[in-house]
Amino acid sequence: MKYVDEYRDRDLARTVAAAIAAEADPDRSYHFMEFCGGHTHAIFRYGVQDLMPENVHFVHGPGCPVCVLPVARLDDAVELAERYGVILCTYGDMMRVPGTKQRSLIRAKADGADVRMVYSTADALRIARENPDRQVVFFAIGFETTTPPTAVALKTAEAEKLGNFSVFCNHVLTPSAISHILESPEVRDLGIVKIDGFLGPSHVSSVIGSQPYEFFAEEFQKPVVIAGFEPLDVMQSVLMLIRQVNDGRCEVENEYTRVVTEEGNVKAQTLVSEVFELRKSFDWRGLGTVPYSALRIRDRFAKFDAEKQFELSVKASREVKSCECPSILRGVKKPTDCKLFGTVCTPQSPVGSCMVSSEGACAAYWTYGRFRDQQPSKLEAAE
Amino acid sequence: MCLAIPARVVELLDNDVAVVAFDTVRKRISLALVEDVAIGDFVLVHVGYALHKVSVEEAERTLGMMAEAGVLREELEEISA
Ligand code: SF4
Repeated sequence: MKYVDEYRDRDLARTVAAAIAAEADPDRSYHFMEFCGGHTHAIFRYGVQDLMPENVHFVHGPGCPVCVLPVARLDDAVELAERYGVILCTYGDMMRVPGTKQRSLIRAKADGADVRMVYSTADALRIARENPDRQVVFFAIGFETTTPPTAVALKTAEAEKLGNFSVFCNHVLTPSAISHILESPEVRDLGIVKIDGFLGPSHVSSVIGSQPYEFFAEEFQKPVVIAGFEPLDVMQSVLMLIRQVNDGRCEVENEYTRVVTEEGNVKAQTLVSEVFELRKSFDWRGLGTVPYSALRIRDRFAKFDAEKQFELSVKASREVKSCECPSILRGVKKPTDCKLFGTVCTPQSPVGSCMVSSEGACAAYWTYGRFRDQQPSKLEAAE
Repeated sequence: MCLAIPARVVELLDNDVAVVAFDTVRKRISLALVEDVAIGDFVLVHVGYALHKVSVEEAERTLGMMAEAGVLREELEEISA
């Protein structure tokens, strides 16, 4: 209870924890997958699991855009920087992700490639304006929250006729990934993960609304609660999921009404559909090929599409064999099940992508969970 | 990288650009994805873009939580980098 006790809403947290304990049926077990890395982070940081009865479990899902990008796409980005000599702009989280042969963008940069970390697509555009004789490529990754800013950048580049700017687009969609986790045949190879409900992405839903999840609540008969990132949001959402499971309901409920509406941010959605279209399929690290799960740039913007402007030769991706990221991203295994966890693979020298981003399950285990799992007393010392 | 931080709009510039205040850090961000933003409003900012407006209470709640968790400092370092 330590963390939540110190938190200013401790009375409320206690009330919610008591309600969860009272309403969770001791004859059942509850497995809830949190899709967002933000939730994974909150659950570990505040020790939310410690406040749950023993039969309520969190399954950590694939919701970190850095963790799900396949190695081949990262290798492509490295190739753009090294072989074509472009100025490659990307968000900070991508820099340390190891590609084939442990090659990352930060290593490419150390070896002389022009890789620049940007905070915003606006920075990438500025770099293009300031370097008219160089090609500037923005390496775009992310879910529905980061996609609209990329759309704005493409429209700006078009309006300004920026001849030296393009986007290497790797934007992916959360609803199709969730459906895929529930229905894909590969699940059989990796083992079946029991999921009784989902904590739905919150900031993603602020853009796309809660409505897109209704389809699969109905189709797959799983309850979904759109949950905010505060620990109390997570707890309240768990309570709402338990109630749905107990009642046999499968609905999309919105715990995060203070930010998320049913229809989301329509202006952002309109921009995204103007600039992007669905890809027939896209490879996700850990999930394999997922149909209609990613976006590509429409033909109208072909001049600004790095995939059309450069010939990228990397095809097959090589993941490190013993890295268990694929099973971890599906919630089939825990980070501590991986042989490399904490020995060869640490946040300082990550082997797989789940260890790179602070939203990845392995990194969260390393930072918080391993103390809890092994030596509970150290948890306090660590804070 | 999916976190978004609430910030107060302190200045409106041309081309949908605004100056917002995160704690003590000031930063130019884009308002291209939101409508009818006025000085004093709070917006949720993600990778340099306002995703939508939020109420003062929501902003304070979120900022308080992020500050206590130490997340705010990390995020602000990234922003001002
Ligand atoms: S500990 Fe490292 S190698 Fe093992 S699954 Fe996690 S990221 Fe992959």
